[in-house]
Amino acid sequence: MIRTIKTEEVTKNIREMCIEANHYLSRDMDKALKNAVESEEAPLGKKILCQLQENLTIAAEELIPVCQDTGMAVVFAEIGQEVHFEGILLEEAINEGVRQGYTEGFLRKSVVKDPILRENTKDNTPAVIHYSVTEGDKLKLTLAPKGFGSENMSRIFMLKPADGIEGVKNAILTAVKDAGPNACPPVVVGVGIGGTFEKCALLAKQALTRAADEHSKIAYVKEMEEEMLYKINRLGIGPGGLGGTTTALAVNINTYPTHIAGLPVAVNICCHVNRHVVRVL
Amino acid sequence: MDKHIVTPITAEVTKDLRAGDYVYISGTVYVARDAAHKRFMEALDKAEECSIEKGQEEVERKQAGALPFPVENAVIYYMGPSPAREGRPIGSAGPTTASRMDKYAPRLLDLGLKAMIGKGKRTQSVMDAIIRNQAVYFAAVGGAGALLSKCIKKSDLVCYDDLGAEAVLKLEVEDFPAVVVIDCQGNNLYETAVRKYAKEV
Repeated sequence: MIRTIKTEEVTKNIREMCIEANHYLSRDMDKALKNAVESEEAPLGKKILCQLQENLTIAAEELIPVCQDTGMAVVFAEIGQEVHFEGILLEEAINEGVRQGYTEGFLRKSVVKDPILRENTKDNTPAVIHYSVTEGDKLKLTLAPKGFGSENMSRIFMLKPADGIEGVKNAILTAVKDAGPNACPPVVVGVGIGGTFEKCALLAKQALTRAADEHSKIAYVKEMEEEMLYKINRLGIGPGGLGGTTTALAVNINTYPTHIAGLPVAVNICCHVNRHVVRVL
Repeated sequence: MDKHIVTPITAEVTKDLRAGDYVYISGTVYVARDAAHKRFMEALDKAEECSIEKGQEEVERKQAGALPFPVENAVIYYMGPSPAREGRPIGSAGPTTASRMDKYAPRLLDLGLKAMIGKGKRTQSVMDAIIRNQAVYFAAVGGAGALLSKCIKKSDLVCYDDLGAEAVLKLEVEDFPAVVVIDCQGNNLYETAVRKYAKEV
């Protein structure tokens, strides 16, 4: 049975999601941050983690964005193949939601129209939208506004099959070490392994939208997530990069089949807020 | 050690600041980031062209005058705020990554800039300019924009309004918390603190 979704509903929801993501911490990140305050060994590190918590309280109570970099809006639209859209084009509806959310929600407009000419679009559009078609008659929207302090520290490594799992682990540690204080640690590390050049980057981005307390269902990947989190937290970078035992709150790894000649690895780093909001229409 | 400092910051003050000191800054702080720095450089280039035949001293005098804020003993905060809600001086206002301004910072430090507030690593050339000019680099907590905005009591536009979130602002801050990362002796907290907490893997 075909189900009709009005695209004006998409606009309304994206608008609300932009404002929600930038003012409130998601449940999983809140839990991860609370645990970190308990376990942090460095006194300055602990102080910074407490300030980050205080920051979240102020943000939610006084409606001040958690971070001034309210990001470029990344949207995953998973469209059930029995959905029929009515109204303006889906892409326009999503961008209109971003426009309304960022202008009416007092969020920063951080998007420039052209990467070289750099004129601000003044409404934070366009969003970066990833569509996929799934089964069913629902539309699942995931909004993940991405700040560029951490985005700039993200990396892609085109490894050789001979590099194996050790090569992948080294790549992850290298990316986090090089990011150091720049990516606003404690960070969340999204990793994509496999696919092609662009597919592994997308896997890494999607990994960031997975809950921080949820592991991969593949046994060896789950083990690698745990091992990497342990090792990253022994690098010494700590909260704010000012030394400590909390450098990452979670490592989420997604994998995909790849070519016999390749082993692509993407490491997408996100700050402790790791904004992501999901709604199903 | 916790210290309270008031701007403008002189070499008398910076000489006693050490990497790792926790400071509370009060007074005037200027806000500028990528696009504004690019314009600062264009203004300096123009002033240099106009006065180069009159000697180095005249060039420096003209250049300091070409900047839209008094650079001598000034503090620049690398930041681009979110819009202010009604009745508030500013929106969320945490530090941005300082390394993007590394290309421009030595030139401003040589003209008298005394302190920078940002987050993240600096290059060797910035480190050298900090030592050479008895300046200081502070880190504010990245991602604490709502908390830090509470320390900002007043915000006025200085120039480059067309740059939106990247316009130059003059802030009045009160007990703005920051950590000394690079001091005028070249100590770097990012290196020493990380070494202290790094463990075998």
